[in-house]
Amino acid sequence: MTDIPVIVHTPDETWWQRLPVVADVRRSVGLQRGMLITGLVLSGILLVTAIFAPLLAPFSWAQTADAAGSFGTQQAPSSRNLLGTTVSGFDVLSRVIWGTRTAVAVIIAAVIASLFLGVLLGLVSGYIGGWLDRILVMLADAIYAFPSLLLAIVMSIVISGGQSSAWGGILSAAISITVVFIPQYFRVIRAETIRLKAEPFVEAAKVVGAPHWRIMFRHIFRNATRTLPLIFTLNASEAILTLAGLGFIGFGIEPTSAAEWGYDLNRSMADVTSGMWWTAVFPGLAIVLSVLGITLVGESMNDLNDPRLRTRRATGRRKKEVSA
Amino acid sequence: MNDVGEATQVVTRDAQPSVPVEVQSRRRKGGLGRYLLTRFLLIFPTILILMTVVFFLMRITGDPITAALGGRLTPDQLAQRVHEAGYDRPIIVQYLEYLGNVLTGDFGTTFSDNRPVLTVLTTYGSATAELVGYAILVALSLGIPLGMLAAYRRDKWQDAVLRVLAILGYATPVFFIGLLLKLIFSVTLGWLPVAGRISTAGEVKMGTIANPSPFYLLDAIRLGDVELILDVVSHAVLPAVALGLLTGGIFLRLVRTNLIGTLEQQYIESARSRGVAETRLVRKHALRPALIPVITVMGMQIAMMLGGAVLTETTFEWKGLGFMLAQYMSSRDYVAVQGIVMMLAVIVAVSNFVVDVVAALIDPRVRY
Repeated sequence: MTDIPVIVHTPDETWWQRLPVVADVRRSVGLQRGMLITGLVLSGILLVTAIFAPLLAPFSWAQTADAAGSFGTQQAPSSRNLLGTTVSGFDVLSRVIWGTRTAVAVIIAAVIASLFLGVLLGLVSGYIGGWLDRILVMLADAIYAFPSLLLAIVMSIVISGGQSSAWGGILSAAISITVVFIPQYFRVIRAETIRLKAEPFVEAAKVVGAPHWRIMFRHIFRNATRTLPLIFTLNASEAILTLAGLGFIGFGIEPTSAAEWGYDLNRSMADVTSGMWWTAVFPGLAIVLSVLGITLVGESMNDLNDPRLRTRRATGRRKKEVSA
Repeated sequence: MNDVGEATQVVTRDAQPSVPVEVQSRRRKGGLGRYLLTRFLLIFPTILILMTVVFFLMRITGDPITAALGGRLTPDQLAQRVHEAGYDRPIIVQYLEYLGNVLTGDFGTTFSDNRPVLTVLTTYGSATAELVGYAILVALSLGIPLGMLAAYRRDKWQDAVLRVLAILGYATPVFFIGLLLKLIFSVTLGWLPVAGRISTAGEVKMGTIANPSPFYLLDAIRLGDVELILDVVSHAVLPAVALGLLTGGIFLRLVRTNLIGTLEQQYIESARSRGVAETRLVRKHALRPALIPVITVMGMQIAMMLGGAVLTETTFEWKGLGFMLAQYMSSRDYVAVQGIVMMLAVIVAVSNFVVDVVAALIDPRVRY
């Protein structure tokens, strides 16, 4: 990867030029830059659609008729229903647009919750060490090794008994996903904490008599978070897939309380067999484009922060950090 | 296990070559024998933790009888049924009893169709195993050669196209790929069957076999009936491709990054300067060390594939564990759900162990 420029922060860079995504765009080249920008554009569209869904969507997500009467079920795309109607007589376009809200809500809830809990547990576990650390690591490993969809299924049974209202459904999907993601944040932060614990500046803080919580949250936390944007993007895309997966096997959000793409795909299975493509293709494409956008951003950031470049700058430290 | 798990995670998440980390951590632990032993013993706490977590989670909401029959029986009848089944005893007692039963191979009885969970597991487990087997075959035969090509033509257009395809493969949910494949190959073109494992006529033929094996393809080959073999294979193609594409993309990325890593090693440069042909260089010298992380990651992929199998089986009505899991969930039969989830947990733990053993045996740096 010799053609990737080494990250050098020149003093005249303003603060916003050093922000994770902005800095990544600035130092990317060629295909890499194309991938990153495509990803950013797709993610931006997802976000904008979610925010302005009430203005963009022609109908509500659970509307089966307008002033001119009922839409009819399983209607092919027409000037009235641009993307056709579903087996329940909902407007496909409206459901696809409203679905972005559900997806974004779940991403935000899930990622914030797992960030918070995972980072906290990782910091404490890595800093304190001992038997607490061992037990937490074992738990995290056991959960990590388990198929995440199955865990999410178990969690959604626990939380909602399998059926739910809009916010109940969004929250239960988010919490299910959170449980799956905590181990990932936990492992990364724990490994970083253990590495940083041995650094001279932490020693120095101890000598000066700084309390443990201050060392943990000020000295270690601030330094341990540089890998988080990457996990964030990976998890955001996985959150959409898990939500859709839950919806697809019938453990999602009820169609009258919110629009959810996985549920729509589940209902479109029979349509596909009889050759009706519009009920499956559009919600499916919405999932693909959302996940693609976020993944492209994450992937490009991963490549730009190539560890082999970092190794050169901090010799010998990298290996310990990964294996710790 | 932590160390290997950590390294595996790095490879899956960040797709970085991390062989030295594993080697380093194993060297600290001592010889191969000791490593394998600790690794083997670690299966048990893993399974125990998962069993405990799932058991208590499923019980937070209440007992399985109320979940399955609540609303259909009067409160008195319900209380009596709960009492008969022993679900009103302290949860710790129930937990210990459950553990004891599992040890003797008794996973309980399903509510909805009153079958021992173990029978359900053996009947449908083979179908899932068959599907996952085909899917791994698809994933390997796509991922490895294409990953080699992408690494060798690095930053050229082939690499760019393949990488975008791999990301697309990851971004597309397995059930959406499944539905698209169905739409194209079954409905529009009519080449392949829409769903199921075998046609009705095939099933009749299959019934004539004396001692059926759990695998349809094996039985079809044993009968020597070409039509039947084609029937079974044609039903398997779309589910296997749908599930295999997902993992194939991940293999492609892994092979690519790792091969790029090994191609930069000095021994490759020295072999090249000795005049070793380029194809031989990639296939013989660089590929083998690059494949070790792939094998390690396969363990993690089996867990992911089982999750994907649940969705694939639902899409194609492939009557395996995942299909049954969805069925039991919709009838709120949580004893069955718990049994199937447990079974999958055991499979994941064991397959991770096997993969670690294989990786330890292949990597010569562990043998000394």
